[in-house]
Amino acid sequence: MLFTSYEFLGFLFLALTAYYIVPKKAQSAVLLGFSYLFYFLSDGRALVFLLVTTATVFFAAKKLGELHASQEACLKEHKAEFSREEKKAVKEEFLKKRRKWLLFGLLLNLGILAVCKYTNFAIANVNGLLHFFGRTEEFSPISLLLPMGISFYTFQSLSYLIDVYRGKYPPQRSLSRYALFVSFFPQMIQGPISRYDELSATLYGPHSFDPAQLSSGLQRVLWGYFKKLVIADRLLPAVNLIIRTPEEYHGAYAFAGMLFYALELYADFTGGIDITIGIAEAMGIRVRENFIRPYFSKSVKEYWNRWHITMGQWFTDYIFYPVSVSGPMLKLSKWGRAHLGNVIGKRLTVWVSCLIVWFATGIWHGASWNFIVWGLGNCIILLVSQELEPFYRWFHSRVNLEDRFGWKLFRILRTILLMSSLRMFDCYRDVPLTFRMFFSMFTAGNWKVLVDGSLLNLGLDPKDFLVLLGGLFLLITVSLLQRKRSVREQIRTLAYPARFALWFGLFLVVLVFGAYGVGFDASQFIYNQF
Amino acid sequence: MQASSSTISSEKEALSFEALKEQEEKGRGNRKNRLSAAACIAVSAALILGVLALLQALLMPKYMGKIVEGAMVAEYYGEVKDHDMVFVGDCELYENFDPVYLWKQYGINSYIRGSAQQLIWQSYYLMEETLQYEHPKVMVFNVLSLQYNEPQKESYNRMTLDGMRWSKTKIDDINASMTKGEQFLDYVFPILRFHSRWKELEQDDFTYLFHKRQVTFNGYYMRTDVKPAENVPEGKPLGNYNFGDNAWDYMDRIVKLCRDNDVQLLLVKAPSLYPFWYPQWEEQVEEYAAANHLEYINFLELTEETGLDFQTDTYDAGLHLNLSGADKISDYFGGLLAKGNPEYGREAMPDRRGEPELSSRWEEKIKAYEAEIRRQKENPPGIDP
Repeated sequence: MLFTSYEFLGFLFLALTAYYIVPKKAQSAVLLGFSYLFYFLSDGRALVFLLVTTATVFFAAKKLGELHASQEACLKEHKAEFSREEKKAVKEEFLKKRRKWLLFGLLLNLGILAVCKYTNFAIANVNGLLHFFGRTEEFSPISLLLPMGISFYTFQSLSYLIDVYRGKYPPQRSLSRYALFVSFFPQMIQGPISRYDELSATLYGPHSFDPAQLSSGLQRVLWGYFKKLVIADRLLPAVNLIIRTPEEYHGAYAFAGMLFYALELYADFTGGIDITIGIAEAMGIRVRENFIRPYFSKSVKEYWNRWHITMGQWFTDYIFYPVSVSGPMLKLSKWGRAHLGNVIGKRLTVWVSCLIVWFATGIWHGASWNFIVWGLGNCIILLVSQELEPFYRWFHSRVNLEDRFGWKLFRILRTILLMSSLRMFDCYRDVPLTFRMFFSMFTAGNWKVLVDGSLLNLGLDPKDFLVLLGGLFLLITVSLLQRKRSVREQIRTLAYPARFALWFGLFLVVLVFGAYGVGFDASQFIYNQF
Repeated sequence: MQASSSTISSEKEALSFEALKEQEEKGRGNRKNRLSAAACIAVSAALILGVLALLQALLMPKYMGKIVEGAMVAEYYGEVKDHDMVFVGDCELYENFDPVYLWKQYGINSYIRGSAQQLIWQSYYLMEETLQYEHPKVMVFNVLSLQYNEPQKESYNRMTLDGMRWSKTKIDDINASMTKGEQFLDYVFPILRFHSRWKELEQDDFTYLFHKRQVTFNGYYMRTDVKPAENVPEGKPLGNYNFGDNAWDYMDRIVKLCRDNDVQLLLVKAPSLYPFWYPQWEEQVEEYAAANHLEYINFLELTEETGLDFQTDTYDAGLHLNLSGADKISDYFGGLLAKGNPEYGREAMPDRRGEPELSSRWEEKIKAYEAEIRRQKENPPGIDP
C-alpha cells in the first residue's frame, strides 16, 4: 500500500480512530492488528517471512534472556563456593550456549535476507565468472519474492537480538508486543531502523487522546507529503528520462540529472520519514530521527552523521565495532605494526573495518555492483579525508578561513557535489555506464543545454520548474529555521489565524501542486526497494 | 463568645461566597473559552470548506470553449421535465437529431441526453436517471455504442459522469465506467482529479466559475458550417465482429428498463459515415431487434428518403451532420413519430404546440437557437480538431 494512495489515507484514519477509541490496554493489540493488516494489504504473500523473523528472533532472544538469568542465578547460588576460575568457566559455558542461540537467530534471518535479496546477484556473478573462463553454460535466475521492508525489519530484529545477547536489556516477554516492535506499520516501508530500547519506551502506551499531539503529528505528515508529492514526484519524469536514455542525455544533462536525483532522493526519503515519524507522533510514539539537514553538511563524514542516521549507527554498532575488535583484526593489527610500522599498522584495522562496513552498506542498498562501488566510493572519500585531517589542520592554522561564510558555503557545496556524484551509481545502476556518464560531464561540452531551454524537454514545463523552485525555496527556508528549534514549535507560538493560514496553505499547496492522481505515475518511495 | 462565633460564621459565609463567585467566574471563563474554541473551529471549518469548494469549482474544466461535450449532461437538470421523447446516446444523437426542428415542425417535445463517446452502460444509467425525473413515451437509443464492451477513456468518462447529479445511479455508473487507474474518490472530490489544471487555467475558468452558458438546444449541439465528406475511409477488417457480452447485457437491461417503465424503446443507427458501421454489426442488431420485437431504424440506409447529401449536410466530412443534415434527419424522423407504428405498439407522438406554457418555453429556446444560427453564420465555428 503506497503512503501516497487514497487507500493508505483511509487506512490511517481508521487506524488512528481505532487506536484512540479502544480501551488503553488494547491499544497495542489494535496497533499490531493494523500493522499486520497494512503488511498484508501491501505484500500479503510475504507476511510469512515477517512472521518467521518475528518468531525466531523472539524465541532466540527469550532463550538468551533465560541463559542470562540462569547464569546469574548459578553464580549467585554458588557465590561463596566458586573460585574465580570456576566463575569464569561458568560464564564461558553460558556464553557458548548464548552464542549458539545468537548464531541461530543471525544465520537464519540473514540467510532469509540473503536468499531473497542476493540469490540472483550471486547467480549473475557466477555466470560472469563462467563466461570469463570461457564456459558457455549458465545458471538461470530464480524468481524469488522480495518481502517489503525485509532489510529494515531484519536489521531492526537483529539489533534487538544482539542487544539482548550483550545483556543491554532483558528480552520482551510478550510475543505480541515484540511483534509490534518488528511490524509497526509506519516504519515498514523505509524505516527508520529503530532500536528496541528507544522505540519500546513509547510504543506500548498507554496513550491518551491529545489533540495537540495529534495535530502536531499530522502537521509533520503533511510536510512529508509536501516533500514527496510536490518535489520528489514532480522531478520523477525528468530524472527517469535522463537515466533511461543516457545515449541521448549525457554531459550537462547527466549533471542536471545528478542534481535532480539528489533533490528527488532527499525529498522522497526524508518526506517518507516525516510521514512515518508524524504518524507515530500522532499516536504518542517517539520514533528516532533519521535525518538532520544532511545537505548542510560541511564534510562527507558529517553528511553520514546526518543522513540515514539509524542505518549508519546500525552498521557502526553491529559491524564496525565488533569487526574492529575481532580476533582476525587484532591479528592484522599486530601483523601491520610488525611489518608496516606503527603508524600504518595502527590504521590498518580501521581501514579494513571501514571497507567491510561500507561494502555491507553498499550491498544492503541493493544486490548489484553499482551499490557496492557506491559504498566503497564513500569509504574511500571518508578514509582519504580522515587521513588528510592533519593537513587540513595545518592549512587552517596558516590560512584563517574556517569561520568565513564563503568557505562554509564552499564546503557545503563540495559535499553536495561529492555525494550527488556518488549517487549516480544509484541512478544508472550500471558501473561502467555511471563512469561514462560522469566523465561525459567534462567531455561532452554541451553546457549550453542548461540555459537554452533544452531542460524544458525533459517532461517538465516552465510551470513545473517554478513549482520546484518554490518548493526548494521552502525546503531551504524550513531547514534554516530548524537550526534554532523545531519549525512546528515556532509556528505554535503564532496567533491562531496565522497558524491556520500556514498549515491550510501548505495543505492547499500539496493538494494543488502535488504530482498525484490521473496523469501522474504513482511512485513508491525510493528506499522501499532497499 | 457568641459575637466571635457569629463573626467566624459570617467570615465563612463571606469566604464561601468569594469561592462561589470565583468558581462562577471560572465557570464563565471556561464556557467563554469553550465557546470561542467552538467558534474558532466552526469558522475554520467553514473557511476550509469554502476555499476547497471555490478551488474545485475553479479547477474543474468548464467545457465552455472548443470542447463543450462535458457540459451537456448537467444541462438536463435545468429543464422542465415533461418530454414525450428522450434520446440517450453518443455524438451520433446530439449532433444528428434536432429537437428544435421536431418541435417546430411536429410539436414533439423532446430532449437529447447525449455526451461524447457515451458508452452503453452510461446510456443505461442515464435512462434510469431520466425515468426518476419523468416518464417519456419514447426513448431513442443509438446502437453504435454496442461496439464498446469495456470502459474506454477516462476523459470521456468524466464528460459524462461529472455532470450527473449524485444518486445511486451515478455511483453505479461510475463503478461501471472506471478505467484502470481511475479512483472512485476522484469522482467524489473532482479536485483530486483536476488539481493539476492550475497550469491550464484560462479566462473561461473565471468567467464560468459560478454559472455556465447553455451549450445545446435541448441537448442538440448545433453546427452550421460545411465540410463535404470526401474519401470516406473504409472500415478496417476486425478480428471479431461480435459485440461483447457486457454490451449485450446492458442492451438487455435497457430493454427491460423501458418495458418495466412502459416506455417505447426505439433503436436507431444515425447516418454518420464513420466510425464505420460493419454489415456484421448491422446483422446482429437486426437480429436482436427482431428477437425482442423492437423498432430499429438504420438511417444509413435511408439517405435517399431523408434527402441527405454528404456534400452539404456534414460539418466534419461525414462524422457528424450539420444543422442542414440534422434537420433533414429530424424531418424524416418526426414524420415517422407523428404517424406512430402499430406493428410495435408505438402510438403517434402528440403535437403539443397548442399548450401555451410549453409553447412559450419553446419560443424562448427558438429565439436563442436562431440567434446562434445567425452568430455561426457570421462567425463560422470552424472545424473541430
